[in-house]
Parts: sequence; structure tokens; C-alpha cells
Amino acid sequence: MADMPVLRGGITLAAIAAICTALVAVTFELTDDRIEKNAQAWLEQSLLPVLAGVSFDSGIGENRLAIAAPHELPGNDDAMIYRVYAGDSPAAALFVVSARDGYSGPIRLLVGLDTSGIVTGLSVLEHRETPGLGDGIESRNWQEQFVGKSLENPAGNRWNIRGDGGEFDALTGASVTPRAVVKAVRETLEYYAANRGIIFATANAPEKATK
Amino acid sequence: MTALTLMDRFRNGLWYENPGLVQLLGLCPLLAVTSTFVNGLGLGIATLFVLVISNGLVSATRQWIRQEIRIPIYVLIIASLVTCTELIFKAWFPALDRSLGIFIPLIVTNCAIVARAEIFASRNPVGLSIVDGLVMGSGFALLLMAIGAFRELVAMGWLLAVLPPGAFFSLALAIAAKNWIDQRKHHE
Repeated sequence: MADMPVLRGGITLAAIAAICTALVAVTFELTDDRIEKNAQAWLEQSLLPVLAGVSFDSGIGENRLAIAAPHELPGNDDAMIYRVYAGDSPAAALFVVSARDGYSGPIRLLVGLDTSGIVTGLSVLEHRETPGLGDGIESRNWQEQFVGKSLENPAGNRWNIRGDGGEFDALTGASVTPRAVVKAVRETLEYYAANRGIIFATANAPEKATK
Repeated sequence: MTALTLMDRFRNGLWYENPGLVQLLGLCPLLAVTSTFVNGLGLGIATLFVLVISNGLVSATRQWIRQEIRIPIYVLIIASLVTCTELIFKAWFPALDRSLGIFIPLIVTNCAIVARAEIFASRNPVGLSIVDGLVMGSGFALLLMAIGAFRELVAMGWLLAVLPPGAFFSLALAIAAKNWIDQRKHHE
């Protein structure tokens, strides 16, 4: 009889846990579709601006290739490549990568390259750089300096921020952040140059692993 | 307890026992997200929502809950509510969800919510507990909005206001202002 209170407490706890789980499950069911749609809309909204000057007719974000870590792209986590087509021929590849050497955690970047390896756009998806300093990488103006660049243009050591003898604009008071971004874009270009054939030849990643 | 009118309760929640200004609870989200008015409003409403329902549920189940297991049960209730809130924000307010980020799930750790469950809801009827959640939540939400608006305004001329130190300065100013007003009232 001595353990009866414990048993009763356990049953109460289990019952409340079951009710709470049901509550979460119902909410999940009610919101799942909308959340999925929002995520897709947000993705397309962020993919579009990095496709400057590319003509394509495939849906963006549909045709993706997941690259599991470890890989040669910048970043320690899984990378994603979105492939964009015009008709049946490849038009551009969009890379979701992370710059590792930022000031505070990984900087998630979206880098667009056309088939010849020219940057069609850059956008910053997520970062935790210092507000007012490193977060200057969010500015469209700053991001636009990459458009039209490729591995050979600027060549060699010029693929750096100005302070390091390169061509890219650094931000006043913050060189760590732009340096990390410039390096990540360069590494993405190098990856593309080395794997260009494979990227468009590999089959699609499954749309969704589980549903 | 019953002598307190509804008006008194509101005055307590918004001013004399304000969770942020007086009890100094929930400072982590308060300091972290108040860089803009909209962020303060978003987190304030999310916290208010969780607090009202958690107070209601804790109070409704208080007869069946043994003293020894009350804390795990509060945690369970609050964590489920926060998960639901996060899903609701993701579904209907995606932009706000993106700018608040981790601080929506972190409402779980807002001690103001456990504190109200323990101090108030576990000892009072459902109706009163919901009112308590409403007033305490509003007190917290209004403070978040006020500090968010203040920092956003000041940041136009003084960038430090939106940086982390600005949060500490703003909260300190708010507490000082409250104490000053109370003191002046006292002297009269």
C-alpha cells in the first residue's frame, strides 16, 4: 500500500502527458499544410532575387539536390543545391551553403551561379553577426558586387576583400564577416568548377523523405 | 483575496506586481527581443496567450494534482502550449516567427509562467486564474512593447540602443522611472 501514492501520481502524470500530446498533435495537424506552404513561399521569395539575368521556365525550389555533410562546399552542415532549367537544359544552380568563419556562428548564404559559373546573385538567409556592423552583408548593394563575378574574374588573389589585397568591398568596422562571405562564395565557385558535370546529371533528391 | 476588485487586479498586474518591472521575471526574452516594437508586441502576445491558457489548465486540474508531481505537470502543460503557439505563429504569422526565431520556443523557460502557475493558478478557481493570466500577461506584453518602442526610437540617433547593452539600459531606465513615480506618489 505504501507505493500507492507513487502509482497514483504516475497515472496522473501519464494522463496529463497523453492529453498534452493530443493537444500538440491536433495543432500540428491543423497547421501543417499552412506551415509547409509558408516555407515554400519564403524559399521561392528568397530564391528569386539571386537569379538575375537568368531565363528559366522551371519552378524554383522544385528540383533540388541535397548534399550530405561532409562535403567540399562551405559549411559543416548539409548543403542544398536547387537546379533551375530552361526547357530541358540547365539554366542555373542555386547553392545553400554556410560561411563558417563569421563573427558569430554560421552565415547561411544562397549563391546563384549560371551554367558557365558566373554569379547571378547572393543573398543572406540567416546570420547572427553584430547588428550595425557585420549585418551590413544584408544590404542589397553589398551583395550586388558579386553579380557577374566568376572564378577567373577577378583572378587569383583578387578574390578577397580590399583589406586583403582583393577587389571586394569590406564593411566599415567589420572585416571578419565580409571576409567569411567572400571566402564562402569563392569556395562555392571552386566546387561548381570541379563538379559541374555531376550537379546536373544526378537525379533529384526525393521531394520529401517522410510525410 | 476576494476583496480585490477586478480593477485592483489589473493595477497589480500592470503596475505594482508587473512581472518584468517588479518581479523581474522573464528577463531573458525581455532583453533579447525588444529591439523593435513589433517584436515586443509579437512575443508579448505569444506569452500572454500561453500564460492565460496555462493558468486556466493548471487551475482546472489542481484538485487531481499531487503536490509532489506538480512541477513536472506545469512543465508539461507549458511546453505543450508553447509548441502549439509556435506552430500557430509559423502557420499564420510567418514573418513574425522569422524575426522572433528561437524566442517563441524559449517561452517555455519564461519563469513568469511557472511562477503564476505555482503562486496563483494552483490555489485559485479557474475564472480568477484566467484573469490573473490576462493581467500578468498584459503587464509583461505592455512592458515588452514599451521597451521595444523606446529602443527602436532611440536607435535612430544612438545605435547602441538596439544592441544588447541597450536592452539593459532601457530596462534599468524603465525600472528607475517606475520607482521614481511610486516614490513621488508616496510622498504626496
